Amino acid sequence: MNKLFAVAAISAAAICGAAAAASLTGAGATFPELVYNRWAKDYAAKTGNTISYNGIGSGGGIKQIEAGTVDFGASDKPLAADELAKNGLAQFPTVIGGVVPVVNLPGVAPGQLKLTGPIVADIFRGVEKFWDDPVIVSYNRGLKLPHLPITVVHRSDGSGTTFLFTSYLSGNAAHWASGPGASTSVNWPVGEGGKGNEGVAVVVKQTTGSIGYVEYAYAKQNHMTYAVLRNKSGHWVSPTAEAFAASAAGAKWASAPGFNVLLLDQPGANAWPISGATFILVHSKQTNAQTGHDVLAFFDWAYTNGNPAAESLDYVPLPDGVKALVRKSWAKITGPDGKPVFK
Amino acid sequence: MSTAEISAADPAFRRRASARGSGLEPLFRGACFAAATTLLTALGGVLVALFIGGWPAIAKFGFGFLTNVTWDPVQDVYGAAGPIVGTLITSALALLFALPVAGGVAFFLVELCPPLLRRPIGTAVELLAGIPSIVYGMWGLFVFAPVFAKWVEIPAMGAAPAGTFWASLVQGIPNGSGILAASIILAIMILPFMAATLRELLQTVPAQVRESAYGLGATTGEVVMKVTLPYVRRGAIGAVMLGLGRALGETMAVTFVIGNSHDFPKGLFDAGSTIASTIANEFNEASGLQASALIALGLVLFLITFTVLALARLLLRNQARV
Repeated sequence: MNKLFAVAAISAAAICGAAAAASLTGAGATFPELVYNRWAKDYAAKTGNTISYNGIGSGGGIKQIEAGTVDFGASDKPLAADELAKNGLAQFPTVIGGVVPVVNLPGVAPGQLKLTGPIVADIFRGVEKFWDDPVIVSYNRGLKLPHLPITVVHRSDGSGTTFLFTSYLSGNAAHWASGPGASTSVNWPVGEGGKGNEGVAVVVKQTTGSIGYVEYAYAKQNHMTYAVLRNKSGHWVSPTAEAFAASAAGAKWASAPGFNVLLLDQPGANAWPISGATFILVHSKQTNAQTGHDVLAFFDWAYTNGNPAAESLDYVPLPDGVKALVRKSWAKITGPDGKPVFK
Repeated sequence: MSTAEISAADPAFRRRASARGSGLEPLFRGACFAAATTLLTALGGVLVALFIGGWPAIAKFGFGFLTNVTWDPVQDVYGAAGPIVGTLITSALALLFALPVAGGVAFFLVELCPPLLRRPIGTAVELLAGIPSIVYGMWGLFVFAPVFAKWVEIPAMGAAPAGTFWASLVQGIPNGSGILAASIILAIMILPFMAATLRELLQTVPAQVRESAYGLGATTGEVVMKVTLPYVRRGAIGAVMLGLGRALGETMAVTFVIGNSHDFPKGLFDAGSTIASTIANEFNEASGLQASALIALGLVLFLITFTVLALARLLLRNQARV
């Protein structure tokens, strides 16, 4: 009798548990890991739903969502429309970040060195060999640039940061586009590699006359010597949250399938030229409508309530207009019955 | 009849005891056989899995995979010559640096060390062997590299006359990372391991043999070179090969300090890469042919390690015949 009662109590508890709290898993890009985990923590405190996110890398995230081993994947590199269609995936952006060139030059303070896209491309191709090259000096009349060899430092691991940076170089120099090209890892013509943002930062710090690139949040939190870039409208801009937001505001989100937009060289007087959103991938036909609903409910909550947390971690929230577009796109994510999973 | 009443002299008991023993025997043999074959099966499975995973890259590039230097994920062209050469150079240099020191440590501990110091030094060597490689990597990048750049690389590059072989040997970026720095870190990593094994080996030399040599008037150096070392020769080669095996496959520490460039290293201070560091760097984000090329790279490392062990065996067999 006692036993029977215990079994009944346990099954009742299990049923109640299933109805009350969802448990979701996601995996992918390392760049948004901090903010996703913070959102998950806040969301769990509010709703009791737990979300566990593993930053295993964008490539791994794409593989896992394609295999269906996670409820949502995450990637810094947006998938093209045909790739999304092939795997039955829907894609939407969450937060914005950017890439910042950092240098180690004696006598040069953060924000003093001015560079343009073509010059950065020539430096990373190994064409510009010394810091006092006339082309670099012509943009930096007020600075006393030393006669030091330029050492290029890049990421050694595959990374969304490298994808954004090399895409920027490809857009600014035909030589780069037809040479190394743009990807999460490329065949670097010169220089040496550091593993992760911290690896690049350490090598730059230890090498006088070096230039590398790191994520905005990393450069900011570590007070690195960043360079100022000239954007498409011809203004010199510093990497700030406002400059990233300006970049996102000017982009043509509505016309891009799967929000496949790189925020590179966006128009706008204050736009930072190397910005990019990070993306979530979900199956557009959910096999379990409740799971699909729970995933979108989490990101809906994050869009509404997650901005302060994102900003405190130096991520840039999406403009409200873009969030509205994304929410509209969720109508196409359907359950087994063909009805939208999230209203 | 209760067990207390059974005596060993009772013939019935003896019969039963031996019967039970022989009943367990097949089980024991079977368990040992299973343990041994599980390993063999796992080894075979790994080899087959690496081959299947790497096949698309092997089929596409053929032998050129081993000789081509271009590693270009954008064009999907993969040649592993850079990482292969990097692996061989760093491991060989590491062995070159570590072997004399490891020998010195072992000889000192066994032949010269005052008994009071023997235990602390021996324990320290064994503790060093247990430090995780990531710790060596971090130490190498944050502590060793700046010191190495300031006191070795910059002076060496400054002292080398331009245009000479010496100058081309020390070219590179003087920031403390590169082929030589990685080799030194590797040497430090395999040193305690080799020293500990060598010490164990030297301790197996019977005291009579050593004492007789001393009794004949041999110096410590002569005893080591002519008596104890020849006595443990076979085992010593094994210890060296185990150290080399560890150096070949070492990943994180090397990734931190080698500079991670897929090209052929031009000099000792130039950036390079090893097979293991390339896999560690790129596997996360790799897909398609790149992932396959990385798995094929794993297969190459497997074969290199296998060749090293086979060579060691061959050396041992030849020596055993003499």
